[in-house]
Amino acid sequence: MALLVSEITVLFRRRRTWAMLAALAAVPLLIAVAVRLSSDDESGGGGPPFLSSITENGLFVAITALTVAIPLFLPLTVGVVAGDTIAGEASLGTLRYLLVAPAGRIRLLVVKYIGAAAFCLVATLVVVLVGVAIGAALFPIGPVTLLSGDTVGVGGYALRCLLLTAYVTVSLCGLSAIGLFISTLTTVPVGAMAATSVLAVVAQIVGALPQLAWLHPWLFSQYWLDFAGLLTEPLSLASFGDNALLQLGYVAVFGALAYGRFATKDILS
Amino acid sequence: MTDAAGDSLAIETHGLTKNFGRQVAVDDLSLAVPRGAVFGFLGPNGSGKTTTIRMLLGLASASTGQIRMLGSAIPDRSRSVLPRVGALVEGPAFYPFLSGAANLRRFDSADRHATSATRTARVNAALDRVGLSHAANKPAHAYSLGMKQRLGIANALLQPRQLLILDEPSNGLDPQGTREVRNLIRSLADDGTTIFLSSHLLAEVEQICSHIAVMSVGRLVAQGTLDDLRAAGIATVQVRTPDPALAVTVLRRLNLMADVTEPTHPTGPDSDPLVSAPLSPGSPAIGSPTAESPAASSPAASSIAAETIAAALVEAGVRVRGFAVVGASLEERFVALTGEGFDVAQ
Repeated sequence: MALLVSEITVLFRRRRTWAMLAALAAVPLLIAVAVRLSSDDESGGGGPPFLSSITENGLFVAITALTVAIPLFLPLTVGVVAGDTIAGEASLGTLRYLLVAPAGRIRLLVVKYIGAAAFCLVATLVVVLVGVAIGAALFPIGPVTLLSGDTVGVGGYALRCLLLTAYVTVSLCGLSAIGLFISTLTTVPVGAMAATSVLAVVAQIVGALPQLAWLHPWLFSQYWLDFAGLLTEPLSLASFGDNALLQLGYVAVFGALAYGRFATKDILS
Repeated sequence: MTDAAGDSLAIETHGLTKNFGRQVAVDDLSLAVPRGAVFGFLGPNGSGKTTTIRMLLGLASASTGQIRMLGSAIPDRSRSVLPRVGALVEGPAFYPFLSGAANLRRFDSADRHATSATRTARVNAALDRVGLSHAANKPAHAYSLGMKQRLGIANALLQPRQLLILDEPSNGLDPQGTREVRNLIRSLADDGTTIFLSSHLLAEVEQICSHIAVMSVGRLVAQGTLDDLRAAGIATVQVRTPDPALAVTVLRRLNLMADVTEPTHPTGPDSDPLVSAPLSPGSPAIGSPTAESPAASSPAASSIAAETIAAALVEAGVRVRGFAVVGASLEERFVALTGEGFDVAQ
């Protein structure tokens, strides 16, 4: 427990973590400011989903920002954190002192994974909360009209935002597990970060190719944007469940691979 | 591996071997480190010292062989043994963005047996012990090499330890720092802590170690008490005189193989040439004009007393300005065991 507290403290005391969170916060800020400055013109209906709804209701900034951040910005930052987990400690040399302490290899792996998952949650929360705040500041807010045409009040909206945050966090858990595994393979953290981020992009490219449709159900990015069910009335949690199951599978497989690699690895750095 | 004798040893290895591919880093190493000893682990670069330490600490697995540390098998019982072992392995390592104290708290929290209630007090005590209290809140990246080294030693002292494994603890320290570390090790040893000290600094080892092991190219070439190892060395007679040629002749007549060293300082007390000869039992002065039979020369050389040599020199009219019998230094022993030159490990 003390190690987990220490892990999360160290993670959020790094300037790099704050820089990444600031970059994520910039996504809703940029969207909101851009829409505000050009709101006199009629937007031609292009751009990301929900963009045109922002001028009518500022509460849509958070949802728009999330759909923009999911394909690239969030996986990129998660790749950095997850890829750094073991490889970063190895390159600093601190890994040997943690293990000699002794942290226990399995315990360290679990703590590292929980730390990465905590970052997924915080990163998503930053996008959503900054989105809500800037949307409320720059645009009129009011009851939100859902995709199904129903309208919900502030309480309903807050619930949807929380569910959305949970959904995106869970979506990133599979990628974090992949990053953790790659991180056990190397002592060069940048390599593990890049490989993890590249995999996230590759998965989405594969997901966009109809010729590879047979592979799509197995891609960790398959349900990343399938959160429409959370924005309808009544609430549909079907895609949440499918996504959670898929991510759990990735966590199990890559967690086992990371354990298999790390439990017996010679620490020579 | 359940012999009772193992309990009197802090570290015990049998046939310990580590291969990296086809390269043998450690070859059939059998160490015996008695409890309470200050054990110097010597060897040139690349002789397998750090690999051995990594195996002791469970960081690397042995290819073959057994390890027992503090009476328990490693790596099977690492979880219960390692909390009693403090270690500095291949230099200190820290999170550069954390302060010295925060770094120690981080490592301490990794040990599940460490009580968090006493963490701050123990961190402060460890920093105080290595003289880093004033820099406790400085980020580690601002530390000098010597400060990092001392912080690494502080990390090994976060808990009362039964065994300290210190890999090159004086690396990067200035003379004062080296001296402080030496005193620190002595005081820890006085408290009953077993110290396993890997070092290149033979003078340091000679000053503080009670036992020594010497590695060469992955193999153990010597192990024993410091006195045992020194006794196996060769004493040398040294004569400072302005008549080196005559001195050499006299020494050869006594079956001593003498060499002349020209003075390094042209003025001062050492301005005369130095004539030295090993007082070796069983090293006959080959080519000596008086060595009629090797069998007779050997006992003659071994039984020769220093005063006999001095008297012979004076009698022959050698102007003796300095005379000494010097015991073998650890350095000479070390070089004799591990070879000379930079490429010994290849």
